[in-house]
Amino acid sequence: MGFDQYHEPPEELPAETRTFARLCASLEEESQAIGWYQQRLAVEPDPEARAIMEDAQGEEFKHFAMDLEFLLRKTPRWRQIAEGVLFQDGDIVEHGEAAEAESGEEGGGDGGAAAPSDGSLGIGSLKGEGK
Amino acid sequence: MNHLLRGHAPLSDGNWKLLDDEARERLRGALAARRLVDFSGPLGWEHSATDLGRTTPIGTAPCDGVVAAQRRVLPLAELRAEFSISLAEMRDDDRGAPDADLEQLDRAARQIAIAENVAVFHGWEGAAIGGIAEASPIEPRPLGESGEDYPRSVARAVEALRERGVEGPYGLALGPDEHLHAIETAEHGGYPLMDHLAKILCGGPIVWAPGVRGAVVLSLRGGDFLFESGQDLSIGYSHHDADSVHLYLEESFSFVVATPEAAAPLTS
Repeated sequence: MGFDQYHEPPEELPAETRTFARLCASLEEESQAIGWYQQRLAVEPDPEARAIMEDAQGEEFKHFAMDLEFLLRKTPRWRQIAEGVLFQDGDIVEHGEAAEAESGEEGGGDGGAAAPSDGSLGIGSLKGEGK
Repeated sequence: MNHLLRGHAPLSDGNWKLLDDEARERLRGALAARRLVDFSGPLGWEHSATDLGRTTPIGTAPCDGVVAAQRRVLPLAELRAEFSISLAEMRDDDRGAPDADLEQLDRAARQIAIAENVAVFHGWEGAAIGGIAEASPIEPRPLGESGEDYPRSVARAVEALRERGVEGPYGLALGPDEHLHAIETAEHGGYPLMDHLAKILCGGPIVWAPGVRGAVVLSLRGGDFLFESGQDLSIGYSHHDADSVHLYLEESFSFVVATPEAAAPLTS
């Protein structure tokens, strides 16, 4: 049994970081499956087999989107940058650079990982934490 | 820069980190409600109201032959606790002083945490927020004179929830005095009271809850108590003079009790 999604010793990581890492791993697996189905569809001539693969790939699209939404909800700065890039017309790279720059400007003070891009303290839910 | 205007404050990055870390530490210990109820958001400062999924009939429609209704929402409430920080203290922090005076920040953090706890557990009429304890149809019973009375009272509260089909796990919010009694008390044979209470709650949390009067036992199964955050707790900038920078802690939120019978209040 492997625990490859952890880059640091799991026992040293807080529970929310372990959950975050699991969803990152899941996101990676879904995108890999999407790519594999895309390749299979490119070479499969049987219409019935293609229909099954297209259906399966649709499932992976859904899983990928759910994983991504969870991660974005947990990471305000990532969410802010994604909002500047996703579903936008125009130059993708320009949108990305602009969104990244804007996210770094906000928050006043340190723009590090501990400071959410909305300038809040990032406390959120404490349910399930400590007694 | 957003509405918090943090970039206008005469504070270094290190000062901001000091203030944010201090506020976060103080708040996390005191925000009892967030340890026990469902939390959604933050949905942003621009988010103004919570959907209730209900309507109010409108007596007059634009024309005959149609009926009209208006959607009901719960507007988010804002809480703000102001405080000041000495600029001389911040300059000393820049020099590496390890003991900056942050007393006003600590006091503001405690006050806004108490305000949030009170709104969730006892309600806030001015903001149309009903509290968990007041909304419960379960008759409040006394927690007991001494800590040794607590297990029986809490067990009865858990039983009252089970009788209404409310499953666990269960949590217990204890007001500061009651929490002190609980941690001070060892029952006959030296068995810690907190361990006994945790067993009754099926391992659920026992939470120190400043602002709570008495105690509240509630289900943690989810879907019963809904806290919606607009802007999560943040430090913003108001103004400064030659000596001090004037800041504030602020948040916006709403709270809805979806299942009143999922909590049992206990009086002090």
